[in-house]
This record gives sequence, structure tokens and C-alpha cells, in this order.
Amino acid sequence: MSDDSCGAPAGGVTITKDKAGKEAIVEGRVLRGGEPVATGYARLLGTGDEFVAEVPLGDDGGFRFFAAPGDWTLRVLAPGGVRLEQAVSADIGHVTTVEFAV
Amino acid sequence: MSRSDALVDADWVESRIDTPGTVIVEVDEDTSAYDKGHIPSAIKIDWKKDLQDPVRRDFVDRVGFEALLSERGISNDDTVVLYGGNNNWFAAYAYWYFKLYGHQNVLLLDGGRKKWELDSRELTRDVPSRARTSYTASEQDATLRALRDEVIAAIGKRNLVDVRSPDEFSGRLLAPAHLPQEQSQRGGHIPTAKNVPWSKAANEDGTFKADQELTALYKDEAGVDFGKDTIAYCRIGERSAHTWFVLHEILGLPNVKNYDGSWTEYGSLVGVPIEIGEGK
Repeated sequence: MSDDSCGAPAGGVTITKDKAGKEAIVEGRVLRGGEPVATGYARLLGTGDEFVAEVPLGDDGGFRFFAAPGDWTLRVLAPGGVRLEQAVSADIGHVTTVEFAV
Repeated sequence: MSRSDALVDADWVESRIDTPGTVIVEVDEDTSAYDKGHIPSAIKIDWKKDLQDPVRRDFVDRVGFEALLSERGISNDDTVVLYGGNNNWFAAYAYWYFKLYGHQNVLLLDGGRKKWELDSRELTRDVPSRARTSYTASEQDATLRALRDEVIAAIGKRNLVDVRSPDEFSGRLLAPAHLPQEQSQRGGHIPTAKNVPWSKAANEDGTFKADQELTALYKDEAGVDFGKDTIAYCRIGERSAHTWFVLHEILGLPNVKNYDGSWTEYGSLVGVPIEIGEGK
């Protein structure tokens, strides 16, 4: 990702495996009855509900964040008042995977 | 300016979808969102391809902006309603950009694409056809844009509002947490800057908080002196356009500039002061 970009593409940014080893990745999918929820948002929150980042869900219901190491809360918003939450931990060189069922 | 002069809600936009003289524009960095579905009658502007010079790091010039708007079928008399993803970051940037080139009749859809989607309002893939116009832009309004030397000179004198996340402000992260962190510039913030993350001005659905809450956030909690001039910055100037919109357009503060060079410029400059850690 170049310096001249700051937006969050649907599903989150994809990076190569060698670069992934330097990142603390939190990723996952949002499913309804086993099918992807493609319209919605995943939010990464810090201590005290502090907003950190947000990505629109991808066509496969997926999302990805590059966090600092530590404990975070993931929140999913989707049409119909859907609002789900899970606590996660992130660490450098590790991919934390989370699945949400709507 | 005030909230009612600058901001409209989804019902207002829905009732004017086919109104002549009103042009709805989706602005995104990744325009695939528009291609998958947009507000009926909306056209698109690509934040990068359409608004940035393809060679230099700068905006398209006045002639380029005139060519863009003429080609998209926007005339000087049209009311332009902007919305977009990322909680309206890029739409707020485009709003600031339209004002910079003298288009005064511009509005922002509160909540942008996100609120529209969460409300399950209609989206279409139909792309409208608009007749070409002959748009005339003004020269850039220098009262709205801060350049690096002005920012350095403002340290300790004017309000500097860093609207990035606390981890970016302190230097722990170099980019928002939805992006990889491998970057060339140094981490930290401009000395004397107050950290008021853009997200504190927005509700979860992307709409702006009430005026009273916004005033309390900047003035009372962060200590921004409303009697002084202000420069807002972030990493590339789009999140700070969101904050510029809050301070200048919603709260009506008179002298607020957006530093679009932001941290990707400042954090790469040789010899400038940088502060790390929590805000003071």
C-alpha cells in the first residue's frame, strides 16, 4: 500500500506472505446461515470502546486489520440493526481469525 | 456556515434524486463500491484518478478541475451533494476541494454511503448520462489550505489538530490499522498538536455528532482555543478534511485550514521538530 492511500477497500487490504510476518493481523468473515454478509462494516476498537479502524465487508463477508500487538474489540454493523462484538488479541507475525454469525 | 448550510440527511437526498439542478456525487478512493451500487442518479468521482495530479504530489490545477466538472456534466449553478464510503472522508475532502475552487453550492450527505446502506435504502447499478457543461472554476482559495512552511510556523502559535488515531499520534502506528504499517516516514506528531481523532466527531453510523457535543469535544475536552486560527492534519489530508468540515462548516469557526500534505509529508521532512508519545 503506497503512502498516497488511506482508505479501506472492501474486505481490507491484501498483502504478500513475507510482509504478513511483520504485521499483527486480525481478520475474519461475517456469515448469515453460512452465506457471506457482503453489506456491512467491521470496526476495530481499543480500550474503552475507542475507535481505531473500520473496513466495509468484502463480497465474501471478509475483513482484515493490521493492528498493534494487544487486546482489541471487533464490532460488526450490518443492515437490520445487526451489531455484534468479539474480543480479540493481536500479535506481530500472527494472524488472529474471527468469525461472526449473524 | 452552519450545519444546515452544509449538511443534508438521507430523506432530503432521497426526495431530490431526480431534481434538475441537483447533482449527487459519490466520491471514493476505491470506486468499485460505486460500480456495485450507488444512490440513484449519482455520478462518481475517483479521489485519486480525478482529483490528484498524476505526476506531482498535488491537486489537479484549476483548468483540470474545470475539465473534470465539465466532462461530468456539473455546471456552476448546480447544487452538488457529495457522499462516500469511509465515513465520508473522501466526500468531505471533495467538499473542501470544491470550496477551494470556488463552488459554493455544495452539500454533504450526513452519514454518507454507510448510513444509506445500514438503512437499507435503494442502491442502483444504473449509470446516469449527463450532458457536458462548460464549468468555470476560481483560483484556489488560499484561506482553506495550509502548506508545510505555514504549518511549521504555526507550532505553538495556532491550534494544530491531529485527527489521526491515538496510536498514530503517539508514533506506535504509521498508518490507520486497516493498512499495513511498513512506511518510510517517522512516527509521531507535530509539537503542540492536540489529538482529536476524526472518529470522535462521528456517530457509529457515520453521521456527525450534535453541535453541542462537537463543541465540548474540541473546546472543553481537547483544549482547542476557538479564538485562534486552526490547522487540521492527518496522514494524507482526507480524515482532516472531515475535521475541517466539522470546525469550519458545522461549527462555523472562521479560520480553519486543512494541511493536505499531512503526516506523509511532515513525517518525511528533514530537520523539523517531532514529538512522540501521548499528547501534552
